[in-house]
Amino acid sequence: MTVYIIRRVLQLIPVLLGVSILVFSLMHLTPGNPAQLMAGESAPPDTIEQIEESLGLNDPLPVQYWDYISGVVQGDLGTSMRYNTPVADEVWPKFVVTLELSIYSTILSIFMGLLAGIISAVRQYSISDITIMIVALFGLSMPNFWLGLMLIQWFAVNLGWFPPTGWEGPGSIVLPVISLGTAGAAIIARMTRSSMLDVISQDYIRTARAKGVKRRVIIYKHALKNALIPVVTVAGLQFGALLAGAVLTESVFAINGMGRLLVDSIIQRDFPVVQACILIIAVVFVLVNLVVDISYKFLNKRIDLND
Amino acid sequence: MSNQQVEAAPTQPKVENPRVKAMKDFYRRLKKNVPALIGFYTILILVIFSFIGPWMLSADPSDTDVINKFAGPSAEHWFGTDHLGRDIFTRIVHGMKLTLGIGFASVFMGAAMGIPIGIIAGYYGGKIDAVIMRLIDILLAFPGILLALAIVSILGGNLINVTIAVAIYAIPGFARIIRGSTLAAKNLEYVDAIKALGAGDGRIIFKHILPNVLSPVIVNATLYIATAILTAAGLSFLGMGAQPPRPEWGAMLNDGRSYMRDAGHIAFFPGMAIVIVVLAFNIFGDGLRDALDPKMKK
Amino acid sequence: MSQETILEVNDLRTSFFVEGNEVKAVDGVTFDVPKGKTLGIVGESGSGKSISALSILQLIDSPGEIVGGEINFKGDNLLKYNDNQMRKIRGNQISMIFQEPMTSLNPVYTVGQQLREALKIHRGLGKEAGTEKAVELLELVGIPSPRSRVTQYPFELSGGMRQRVMIAMALACDPELLVADEPTTALDVTIQAQILELLKELQDEFNMSIIMITHDLGVVAETCDYVAVMYCGKVVEYADVHTLFKNPRHPYTVGLLNSLPRSDMDQEELEPIRGTVPAPHEMPVGCRFAPRCPFATDLCHEKLPELEDVGDEEQVRCWIYTDEWDGDPEVKVYEPEARTAKD
Repeated sequence: MTVYIIRRVLQLIPVLLGVSILVFSLMHLTPGNPAQLMAGESAPPDTIEQIEESLGLNDPLPVQYWDYISGVVQGDLGTSMRYNTPVADEVWPKFVVTLELSIYSTILSIFMGLLAGIISAVRQYSISDITIMIVALFGLSMPNFWLGLMLIQWFAVNLGWFPPTGWEGPGSIVLPVISLGTAGAAIIARMTRSSMLDVISQDYIRTARAKGVKRRVIIYKHALKNALIPVVTVAGLQFGALLAGAVLTESVFAINGMGRLLVDSIIQRDFPVVQACILIIAVVFVLVNLVVDISYKFLNKRIDLND
Repeated sequence: MSNQQVEAAPTQPKVENPRVKAMKDFYRRLKKNVPALIGFYTILILVIFSFIGPWMLSADPSDTDVINKFAGPSAEHWFGTDHLGRDIFTRIVHGMKLTLGIGFASVFMGAAMGIPIGIIAGYYGGKIDAVIMRLIDILLAFPGILLALAIVSILGGNLINVTIAVAIYAIPGFARIIRGSTLAAKNLEYVDAIKALGAGDGRIIFKHILPNVLSPVIVNATLYIATAILTAAGLSFLGMGAQPPRPEWGAMLNDGRSYMRDAGHIAFFPGMAIVIVVLAFNIFGDGLRDALDPKMKK
Repeated sequence: MSQETILEVNDLRTSFFVEGNEVKAVDGVTFDVPKGKTLGIVGESGSGKSISALSILQLIDSPGEIVGGEINFKGDNLLKYNDNQMRKIRGNQISMIFQEPMTSLNPVYTVGQQLREALKIHRGLGKEAGTEKAVELLELVGIPSPRSRVTQYPFELSGGMRQRVMIAMALACDPELLVADEPTTALDVTIQAQILELLKELQDEFNMSIIMITHDLGVVAETCDYVAVMYCGKVVEYADVHTLFKNPRHPYTVGLLNSLPRSDMDQEELEPIRGTVPAPHEMPVGCRFAPRCPFATDLCHEKLPELEDVGDEEQVRCWIYTDEWDGDPEVKVYEPEARTAKD
């Protein structure tokens, strides 16, 4: 187990390195001179030179990358071109908002998804199963930004139950979390159902029945624990998808999070901020996957030799 | 096809080619899967309609009608009109080609890149495989729409760049699936036998591995079109894809969001259109997967 | 019946309903299990022997269904029991062990947790008392250092060890009847013998009755007192084990014995039974075995024989042993002795 964790952590190094190189390259892959982009079309040449000098754009690329990455490791994410302030100051408070949104949405996805998936599997082919699976298929096929707009229209505009926008107070988080979490809930529900059905047909479930165990206990004790193993991986991947999907949700609900900052910065071509946002989301995702992989291995070690 | 059977004939007389039998079984199971058939015919109708629809409608998607701005659904304007008085139904019909086009084109490009990468990694293994898989891991570190967003931020926002971005985002998925199937196919005994007969790598890959890995590609591609359409619409919604006045559905949603309070239908109908198209691909993809792998179906 | 029986199965019918067709997996099966003895149920795969076993505990899953018959356990018809009553029987008075020890234990719970479960359900034992009993049971089934095993997961045990755990689990509540569904098929030959030996010892110790489902006549010879031979969902012969091996009556039983290498007979070569088991949708109308039977007459092809008494505790389902038999009268004397005498 320890060996596995160490190996898995070591595997992260090339991935994180690659991610940082890719993020670093963003500015350099863009057609045109970054300093020119920053200063604007009509900037005088010496201003551009000045910017190039201050950003170290005249150094060889490896040197620039080294400067960039050593800054990042120390928490220096560069300077915003738009506001001329440290990117880190700009990004962190908004990152917290996005993280909250993603975590709440993931919790909703897992809770709803598991519940619906279990009901579906236990009552296979019943009306509730069919209804849940149809709803899940819709949930999977809906753009979360459209769902967000519809929720605003119904529950904020028409019914006035929740504020239409913002991220302040418990009422305001309901609609964004539903909007972002629905697709994840649908995916987890489908996964849970198929995983449960798979487990229910296993020999050890028959053994439990032969022992005289109650049906309810068989489902929640014997089957669910086994069925959860593959669901864990899906839930981890969902967290990443939600973190990225927050970009759209924040835009719909005018939430001042990192997603919105990212979109605004792309439009404004504020590259240091774009780089920081993308880097943070990718690194968080990679770390969450690490945790999920390790817990999967932990849950699954008991079956490994069996296969 | 016929060539292959002529070759196979002397070694296995009278025995039905297992691949042909597998295909027959597949069609038999698919024909029984009612939702999958509904999905398939919906896609077919939508594709046909995306070509003939615009030709059948007299109105132009960009025709504005300032007097009839924000009109709700009526006999004249089935889905109402938008903030410039344009007919939403007409715009949705014209936009269908864009949505389907982006979906098909990006998945085709993603598969065209991902399949060879996956085959090379799976077939040659060793260092090549390790390097390719690490690169794939790096791409996969950018979840969901993020990679597409990053690519668009480099290339700039327009429809072609969105297609490219979504295609690149598709590469890791294809490469991984193909690598897995290639590994499985490579280890089949008959591949060893063919190798022992002196067949070259190219021949083995094209004649024996590729046909075996195609079915997961088809399932993945179908389901991926759904994701691609959602991603592209998302980018357009953020203002980074199709630019006005193009009747792209995501962009239309973006137009409508400012008028949710008074004219919700502007955003409702394009969103509904996206849901129907994506749903059709998802249902069909599910059905294909069940039909290809009956073990999965419970 | 000369002795006390613990279980009487009468005309048991279990069918599977697939795409509108009924497949009669168990088609009117009748047998008795004498108290403290072992009944073997022998047959090829698809003969319905495992489905019969699962039917006793009502562990048949949809699309399967018990459609008729009686299962009298100590005089009570189990098929009349509701789910709750049936649960009190399972793992308590009637236990079952299965063919696949590798997959029959839940991978995410420890051996101890799984052993304690039945004890808690049927005996109300708490964690500590349960663990004590679990250790005792593991010792009983011959698992070394049982105290450390209770905290282990199934994957840490070998196949033979897992089957011992399964047996321990089945014995937890001192069942009166143990249904063993091919308990040794998945095990190595040396382990097989140990497990069979263990079952015999435990039977003597607890005066337990056993139903031994198997396709292996060697297992039957070693462990059983009585044997029911099944073919295509029906019992074709029932006899005590000595009679069956010495004087098999049904041509199918004879065929099974002839296809087995035996040291007590001077065999020239092994004779496999010709033909194959008919598919469920092309079941013959007459005797199920007629298409493969070397003696079959028109009567056999047209009419299904009944399971008739042919001696003390001996029953056979074959026209040869009835008055209606219209074929070669010679075949009635179908005994190894008779054959060798003729040769």
